[in-house]
Amino acid sequence: MVAPHAATPSLTAALAPGFADPVHDAQRCFRALMQTMARPGTIQAYANETIAPPTPLSRTLAALALTLIDYDTPIWLDPALAQNPAVAGYLKFHTGAPLAETPGDAAFALIGDPAALMPLSNFNQGTLEYPDRSTTLLMHMQTLDAAAQVTLEGPGIKTSQPFGAAPLQPMFWDQLTANNAQFPRGVDVIFAGATGFATVPRSTRITKTEA
Amino acid sequence: MSAHPDTATSPDEGHYNFAYLDEQTKRMIRRAILKGIAVPGYQVPFASREMPMPYGWGTGGVQVTAAILGADDTLKVIDQGSDDTTNAVSIRGFFEKTAGVETTTRTSEASIIQTRHRIPEALLTEDQVLVYQVPIPEPLRFLEPRETETRKMHALAEYGLMHVKLYEDIARNGHIATTYAYPVEVNDRYVMDPSPTPKFDNPKMHEMAALQLFGAGREKRIYAIPPHTKVKSLDFDDHPFEVQKFEKPCGLCGAENVYLDEVILDDKGGRMFVCSDSDHCEDRRSHGHLGEMAADPAASHLASTGEERA
Repeated sequence: MVAPHAATPSLTAALAPGFADPVHDAQRCFRALMQTMARPGTIQAYANETIAPPTPLSRTLAALALTLIDYDTPIWLDPALAQNPAVAGYLKFHTGAPLAETPGDAAFALIGDPAALMPLSNFNQGTLEYPDRSTTLLMHMQTLDAAAQVTLEGPGIKTSQPFGAAPLQPMFWDQLTANNAQFPRGVDVIFAGATGFATVPRSTRITKTEA
Repeated sequence: MSAHPDTATSPDEGHYNFAYLDEQTKRMIRRAILKGIAVPGYQVPFASREMPMPYGWGTGGVQVTAAILGADDTLKVIDQGSDDTTNAVSIRGFFEKTAGVETTTRTSEASIIQTRHRIPEALLTEDQVLVYQVPIPEPLRFLEPRETETRKMHALAEYGLMHVKLYEDIARNGHIATTYAYPVEVNDRYVMDPSPTPKFDNPKMHEMAALQLFGAGREKRIYAIPPHTKVKSLDFDDHPFEVQKFEKPCGLCGAENVYLDEVILDDKGGRMFVCSDSDHCEDRRSHGHLGEMAADPAASHLASTGEERA
């Protein structure tokens, strides 16, 4: 541990501002998230200019983390986020969430580099008795309005919903199709863009758009 | 406490957090809601808190509403379709006091509608959320008391027991005699209790544009139906699902194809049937629809002058 008087860069980064108004900021973030979870593939605008998470944690991803996690939810950081210890420090300071030893132990997995995402089967898939115990993935995306890569169908979607996000690991949509096939088990994925987010929960059926 | 003029009336400055619950509780409920939406019809266990009202008065619905409610929401609360019954009035007052949100009785103006045992007659929109108060969330509970067994049945989608129950209804009564809390199958997977709504309301759940959330406080379960989701009432090919039919329209507004309450008028067998959805009934009457037992509008001034004299 650093001495109390030594204001190291990682310590000041850990103490960087979270929500300015924890009650209403978290509520606004959650409502937008609930809307997109209930309507898979639609993009909900969300921006919070006051929080200042350490790089490479994006503002949207940090807002989602502050909204969802606390001491009840072990989190897992992918190597891109783990390389800067200030990220873990920031989340620990604001939420008290313990770091999971393996991705399979995590309630939430924060993915800083989705292009290098490990296979989804590494995360907790839940059980048939308790499908709610699976991991939820929070992914830092550069763009959410990429050309449609997939067509989504299922609960929350009236007919069908085109969706695309970038960057993604090449086999990602195949893995997510397999994820849906094991419903009600499986992970839920939240895509955090720069100005909003979208989700694809496990209940969504995925058809890859012909290139 | 200093009586600062700017903050004295702000609900945030009172003794409770916004919408009563603390933030950690809200986060826990919010996580359960998200899981419920991701697995439609599955009952997510959650750490239900004690609320300042007894179990059975909507503690589950209140916790769900408190977790999703924002300062810019407009809340409507109904109890058996009515805005002015005890449960609805007290829960509306609870959120006015602890959250300071706008409340309304108009279905079309509400962004969140908390309900006990009815679905409004008016079609709900994409922008609305319907929160149900649920007493017994487990549809199989009266058939199998063991939680370990019902959990296994849901895991394996083994719902034969429920079909046997409905079959026994037919064997004894000639028809499916379940009239409320009529079990539904959500998204072709989970059998779910729609809470004790009359089965009249079951077809409204199918492909509803609004998000539906269910909270059971004593039983500590939250579940959900996303918008535009298939909700099928269980039935048999030769005994298809049917809703109640009423012989007469509403006595006050003349509405047909709505759910009616029976009101006893005297001890000589006098009765009338009126809309259970009070807002729907008022809205129709304000648009000039009159049932056969509605007061003559021309006579309304007599009633008001009579009150003033009394």
